[in-house]
Amino acid sequence: MSSTRQGRLGDWVFFNLTRFFALFVLLMLGGTVASLVHGAWPAIERFGWGFLWSGEWNPPMERFGALIPIYGTLATSLIALIIAVPVSFGIAIFLTEMAPVWLKRPLGIAIELLAGVPSIVYGMWGLLVFSPVFANYAQPMLAATLGKLPVIGELFSGPALGIGILSAGVVLAIMTIPFIASVMRDVFDVTPPMLKESAYGLGATTWEVVWHVVLPYTKVGVIGGVMLGLGRALGETMAVTFLIGNMNVFGGFSLFLPGNSIASALANEFAEADSPIYAASLIELGLILFFITFVVLSLSKLLLMQLSRQSGRET
Amino acid sequence: MATKLSTWRKFKNRMALTLAFLAMSFGLFWLFWILFTTLDLGIASLSPKLFTQMTPPPGSEGGLLNAIVGSLLLVSLGTLLGTPIGILAGIYLAEYGKHTWLGRVTQFLNDILLSAPSIVIGLFVYAIYVAQAGHFSGYSGVIALAMLVIPVVIRATENMLLLVPNTMREAAFALGAPKWKVIVKVTLRASLAGILTGVLLAIARISGETAPLLFTALSNQFWTLNMNGPIANLPVTIFKFAMSPYKDWQQLAWSAVFLITMGVLALNIIARVIFRASKHT
Repeated sequence: MSSTRQGRLGDWVFFNLTRFFALFVLLMLGGTVASLVHGAWPAIERFGWGFLWSGEWNPPMERFGALIPIYGTLATSLIALIIAVPVSFGIAIFLTEMAPVWLKRPLGIAIELLAGVPSIVYGMWGLLVFSPVFANYAQPMLAATLGKLPVIGELFSGPALGIGILSAGVVLAIMTIPFIASVMRDVFDVTPPMLKESAYGLGATTWEVVWHVVLPYTKVGVIGGVMLGLGRALGETMAVTFLIGNMNVFGGFSLFLPGNSIASALANEFAEADSPIYAASLIELGLILFFITFVVLSLSKLLLMQLSRQSGRET
Repeated sequence: MATKLSTWRKFKNRMALTLAFLAMSFGLFWLFWILFTTLDLGIASLSPKLFTQMTPPPGSEGGLLNAIVGSLLLVSLGTLLGTPIGILAGIYLAEYGKHTWLGRVTQFLNDILLSAPSIVIGLFVYAIYVAQAGHFSGYSGVIALAMLVIPVVIRATENMLLLVPNTMREAAFALGAPKWKVIVKVTLRASLAGILTGVLLAIARISGETAPLLFTALSNQFWTLNMNGPIANLPVTIFKFAMSPYKDWQQLAWSAVFLITMGVLALNIIARVIFRASKHT
C-alpha cells in the first residue's frame, strides 16, 4: 500500500520537476527579450523608429543609428548565401545520388566536422591566412572582370584591402556551407526511394531525378535549410568581426570597403561603451538582431516541420 | 531526333554531376586548408611552455596555462549546470508534454534557441548578472555557456527518448512501476548513449564559443581560480591575441586555436563513436 503512495508522490514530484525546467526554457527566452527591451529602452525612447534608418553612429556626440550595422549584417549574410546555397546543393546531390556507398559516410562526416569548427578559428584563419590571399589575387581579379561591368561594377571597385564586406561574406559562406549542406542532405534522404526508382525506371538521368523528383518533393525542407543557414549567418559574430573592418561610416556601395555588422559592433564596442545611451543603443542593436534571427529561424522551423509532416503522411 | 535529345539530356546530366563534384571538392578544399593551417602553425608553436607559463605581456615569452585552466573550469561548470536542466526539460518534452501547449511551444522555441546568436545570450547574462554585480566574473560566463548547453541537451534527450520503443514502457508499467520509475530506470537508461553524445557535442560547441564570454567572463592576463572575478579563457585570449599586431601574441593564438580545434574535433569523433557503438548493441 505504501509503495503505491510513494509512487504517486514520486510521479507528482518528477512530473512537476521536469515541467518546471521546460517552463524554465520559456522563461529564459522571455527573460532575454525582456532584458534586451529594458536595456535598450533609453535608446528606444530617445531615437524612436528613426534609429532603424539613421546612418549616423557617433559616440562622442551621442547620436546613434542602426543603418550601417544592419546593412553590413544583411550584405554579408546575402553574399554568404549566394555562394553557399549552390555549393551546398551540389554537395547534397553528390552525397545522396553520386558518391559510392563507402565514400558517403566519411564525406558526410567531414562536412559535419567542418560545421563543428568554432567560429573563432574561421575568424583568425580568415584574417591572417585568407585575407592576404584574397587581397592579392581574388580582389584584383574581381575588379578586372566583374568590376568592368556596368551597374554591378561599382560593387567590385576600390582598394583591395583583404578585409571588408566581401571577404567577411566569403568566410561566412565557408562557415555556412556545412550547415546548409547537411540539412539539404538529410532532407534529400527523406524522398521515398520508390519515387526516385520509378523515375530512374522511366529512363530519367540522375540530374532529372534530382530536379524533377527530389527537389519538388523536398522543396519546403530545402528552403528551411537555407533559412537555417541564414539564421546562423546573421548572428555569426567572431568570423565576421575579424574580417569586416569595423567601420561605422558609409563609404559607398563597393563590397571591398570595410563596414560593420550588428554582432561585430557588439563584440567590439560593448565593453567600451562609456555612456548609458551608448550602451543602450548597442543593446537595441542586439534586440534588432534577435528579432531578425527569431523571425528567420521560426520560418525555417515551420518549413522543416511541414516537410516532415508531409513525408509522414505519404510514406 | 531521339538520339539528339538523349545526347542533350546526357550532356546536361554530365554537366550537373560535374558541378556537384566540384561543389564537393570546393567544400572539402576549405576544410583541408583550415585544418592544414591550424596543424602547420599550431604544431610549429607547440612547446611545454604552453602548459607551464601564463599569458605574457607583448614582447615577452609565455604560455597559455591560465587560459587553458580557465577554459576547462568554465566549460566543465557550464556543462554541469546546463546538462541536468536540459535532460529534465527534455524528459518533459518526450514523456509528458507531447500534446500539451507547453510541450509544443517549448519544443519550437528550443529549436530557435539552438541557433540563436550567442552574442545575444552574452548580452542577456550581462544585463541580469554582470550589470547587477558590477563586475565581470567567471560565474556569469558559466551561466552564459550553460544557456548554450541547455538547448543542445534538450534536443538530444527528447529525440533519444522518442526512439525508445513503447513496448518497453508498457512492459515496465505492467510490472506495476510508477511512471517516474519507468522513465528513470527504463527509458532514460535505454537512451543514455544518445544523451551522452548530445552532451559531448554541447561541450564541443561551448569550448569554442567566444561571443558570450566577451561580456561575462571577459579575460584575465594572470593566474586565477577565483570565479567571482574576470577569468582567462582560450577563446577570448585568441580574439585578443590574433587581433594584436604582436608576432609572439599571434603565435600563441595559433597554439590556442590548435588546442581548441583538436579538442573539438576529438569530442565530435568520440561522440560519433559512442553513438554508433550504442546502435549496434
